[in-house]
Amino acid sequence: MEILVASAIGILTAGGLYLVLRLRTFPVIMGISLLTYAVNVFLFASGRLTVGAPPILSDATTYTDPLPQALVLTAIVISFGMTAVVVMIALGAYLGGDDDHVDDPTPEDAA
Amino acid sequence: MSLFLIVALPFLGALLPGLMNSTGRVACAGVTFMVSLLAFIGLMTHLPAVMAGELVTARLDWVPLLGLNVTLMLDGLGFFFAMLILGIGLLIIAYARFYLSREDNMGEFFTYLLLFQGAMVGIVISDNILLLLVFWELTSLSSFLLIGYWKHLPEGRQGARMALTVTGMGGLAMIGGMLLLGQIVGSYDLSVILQNRNLIQASPMYLPALILILLGCFTKSAQFPFHFWLPHAMSAPTPVSAYLHSATMVKAGIFLMARMWPVLSGTPEWFMIVTTAGLITMVLGAVIALFKHDLKSLLAFSTVSHLGLITMLLGTGTAFGAMAAMFHILNHATFKAALFMSAGIIDHEAHTRDIRRLGGLRHLMPVTFVIASLAALSMAGIPLLNGFLSKEMMLEEATHTALFGMPLLVPVMATIGSLFSAAYCFRFISHTFLGPQRDDYPATPHDPPVGLWLPPAILVVLVVAIGVAPFLAEPFIKVVTASVLGDAAELPKAYFKIWHGLVPALYMSMIAVVGGLLMLLIFKPALGVWDKAARPEAKHIFDAVIASAVSLARRIIAPLHDGAFTRYAAIMAVTVVAVGYHAWATGTVGAPTRSVQPANFVQIAGWLMLVAATCGLVVLHRNRLLSLILIGIVGLVVSVGFVFFSAPDLAMTQLTVEVVTIILLLLALNFLPNHTPVESSVLRRTRDGTVAVAAGLGAAALSYHYLLRDTIAPSISDFHLANSYKGGGGTNVVNVILVDFRGFDTYGEIIVLGIAALIIYALTEALLDGPVRARLLNRKPDQPRSGGMHPMMMVVVTRVIMPVVLMVGFYIFWRGHNVPGGGFIAGLVVSIAVVMQYMASGFSWTSARLRYPYHGVIGTGVLIAGLTGIGSWFFGKPFLTSDFTYVRIPPFEKFELATAALFDLGVFLAVVGAVMLSLESFSRLSRRAHVTDSDQPMDIDPSRDDTQKAEG
Repeated sequence: MEILVASAIGILTAGGLYLVLRLRTFPVIMGISLLTYAVNVFLFASGRLTVGAPPILSDATTYTDPLPQALVLTAIVISFGMTAVVVMIALGAYLGGDDDHVDDPTPEDAA
Repeated sequence: MSLFLIVALPFLGALLPGLMNSTGRVACAGVTFMVSLLAFIGLMTHLPAVMAGELVTARLDWVPLLGLNVTLMLDGLGFFFAMLILGIGLLIIAYARFYLSREDNMGEFFTYLLLFQGAMVGIVISDNILLLLVFWELTSLSSFLLIGYWKHLPEGRQGARMALTVTGMGGLAMIGGMLLLGQIVGSYDLSVILQNRNLIQASPMYLPALILILLGCFTKSAQFPFHFWLPHAMSAPTPVSAYLHSATMVKAGIFLMARMWPVLSGTPEWFMIVTTAGLITMVLGAVIALFKHDLKSLLAFSTVSHLGLITMLLGTGTAFGAMAAMFHILNHATFKAALFMSAGIIDHEAHTRDIRRLGGLRHLMPVTFVIASLAALSMAGIPLLNGFLSKEMMLEEATHTALFGMPLLVPVMATIGSLFSAAYCFRFISHTFLGPQRDDYPATPHDPPVGLWLPPAILVVLVVAIGVAPFLAEPFIKVVTASVLGDAAELPKAYFKIWHGLVPALYMSMIAVVGGLLMLLIFKPALGVWDKAARPEAKHIFDAVIASAVSLARRIIAPLHDGAFTRYAAIMAVTVVAVGYHAWATGTVGAPTRSVQPANFVQIAGWLMLVAATCGLVVLHRNRLLSLILIGIVGLVVSVGFVFFSAPDLAMTQLTVEVVTIILLLLALNFLPNHTPVESSVLRRTRDGTVAVAAGLGAAALSYHYLLRDTIAPSISDFHLANSYKGGGGTNVVNVILVDFRGFDTYGEIIVLGIAALIIYALTEALLDGPVRARLLNRKPDQPRSGGMHPMMMVVVTRVIMPVVLMVGFYIFWRGHNVPGGGFIAGLVVSIAVVMQYMASGFSWTSARLRYPYHGVIGTGVLIAGLTGIGSWFFGKPFLTSDFTYVRIPPFEKFELATAALFDLGVFLAVVGAVMLSLESFSRLSRRAHVTDSDQPMDIDPSRDDTQKAEG
């Protein structure tokens, strides 16, 4: 199971990074979202994987690590805020300049 | 009054003038005056203690581990400067009230002025040199704002930039010097440093520390070769020039030299550097001042010259020199501030400060004439005025000072400086006020209202009073000098008096005054020679230096920083992978301590879905709508994964965030193209792919590595598990961590979320106000729209479902403390309920039914959370300490009431507000795009008259 989670993190990272390296804003935003998943899962996994032991106090003796969960929970919400800001910036740039390239135009392009 | 309050008052008061701006000029100036007056009175309450030689202190630990504490001390020197700052500040505020015109934004001006005042007071009563540095930089910043106050004047902006560059650079050097000093002594407390003269002077780091600190002092106090910024700062409004550039800020450097005098002075290095710089500045400033035609320029260079004089006195390293310096600071502050204010009056009334266009004003402006002349004569060193006394002391000290082994050098130079000083004073009087009355003034000058002349008049009264009866100032100056000297030297016995007998200083003084008069007689030919002489123009040199620095920086940065974001991202990724690999390869890898858990078919199927969706997304990303669906799959699998791995809270959060994110991206896609064109070459895609795969392998390897190993140190999680119920009263440990253990983090996070939403709102506003608005309005949809924008079925369903969803949200919120749920998730659920209404019934219909603006909801949430935290203060507990109890209201079961629930309510509101404000902003863009947005919830509504008619 560990290999599944680790490889999923790797694949999400690779896919996210590839999309982040694209030239237009929308794929970059998609890439950032994938990277967000990768990072969140990565952080979550730092509590190690435990099946069937949620950190809800009961008669059970073992619980999974609650701390990474608390960190990731806020990270998920914050990442929504970040995505929204990035999308807004991308949208503003596109509407203002009619161009959704991520990179500044190089002097050769301008010429 | 507590020292903390004296420093804090101007800072707190700085908020008031800005707020009071609309209430009128009198109220605005009045409140500023009252703030300063309060601080001044507070300072004066310490006068008896200071005169008795006591040390008033106040201490508060701030960052004790860094040695940075808010420690304040008030001794004679600090009191002296604080009195100058607050006392002259009061006069300046009154003066500025009448000086600024109706067009000027008075609230802004007084806010800056109070900021400056607070920073200045902070410098002079800090007992911690790191704290002092903070205030020091604050004065540079606030003076930048004040010099550039008239933003429409290019000279103002350039002068402000120059001042900031020079003093900022000096400040940077001083930080280095102070840190060295702190390292030598092992403490950043001034009171400790001042006790360690021998340790500091014996240290090999003494010279570097000295040079760096002096760089800071010299730039601030406009000493040669950094004197050039001060005249350019004269483009500031005159109250600023009078306050900052004659009485207070430029004396900050001198203050620091005086403060450090016991430990830094007395060495040959100190003597050589400080005395030489002071001497050159004094003579150079005086000579240039004589040939300046702008009244304020003349005064600026004369200020430079007098600062040089004081610096030179401190440089001599003798107790008598220090006393003369202190006395001259007082005298200079009185006569120079009065002179600046007079120059401002002349500018205000005659509409020019050009001395060549003035003259004969004595009959037109008799009051101003008397004030300015007395102040100028004092500056020239005429007996019975205070300038004479300290100048005598300076000349006396000069006769005992031998620089570079030449006993005559300093006395001769000092006499020359005094001679030119007398000459420009006489020129100031005669060319402005004496001579025939002219008929070509730009405006007919007359004496100003009392509000403008009273502040300088008060200062001139002091000038005369001290000049006639020096014994009045003597005890005070001696207390100040004693605190400058510390244990390093004995207080000099000399008395302040007008007549010292036929001493050399008297002859030198006479030469200076007579020479000054002669100089005025030959002024015309001298000016001709001066104008012909080639001399370096400081501003051009400064501009050239700045320009070359900028081009050098450009040359270095441009190839690295070319605006290609993708390249930075690639470089960053490669670097991280390389560093990670290096760590992996060189470090030791422990053996696995955890066993691999088996995976069954379901988990492999989930994994396959995730992989397929991710790969599909990468391959098919050019179709943007499709990629939204694919990323939705990824999000779903991640949520399911969270459920499986015992994280129900995370799963719920992820699922709800997924919904709002997809809605957000759909809204964005409404404007963005639906397709990404093929642009990058195969080579580039291969490169990106390689980088991405390398990073992915790295991430996978790292994750796999630690998934098989336990933490190397025991985690703090056990504490949370053990105390969640006992201390926090909740069984859902994740929620208790969020709202209790790490409540402060959460508090910060909801603020960040709120800020993000406000940014989005602001950007939307900016877009809708700009040229984009017209384009949005004229925009044609690139795809055919569906006929019914608000399908009846969806409208009905969303409305029926709304109470149910709200109920679910309430339930999730309330149970969150003990079972999965809580403010974050409930907030997201409720947001979705509201968003559904927008989507189904239209923007206008929904917003018409909104009772509270979303900004308000965010603010309320943050406030509730904050107040809950503050509430624990009333019980003597730290911020955000929570409490809980169990209550039973029949017929319900016993349930828990926790303050944490109140905090969670704040979180809930902030999340709802932030999510809704973001989404609403996006849809506002599209709303303007479709001009024909209906107020009706449904396009076809059988109950409505117009549809019946249309159909019928």
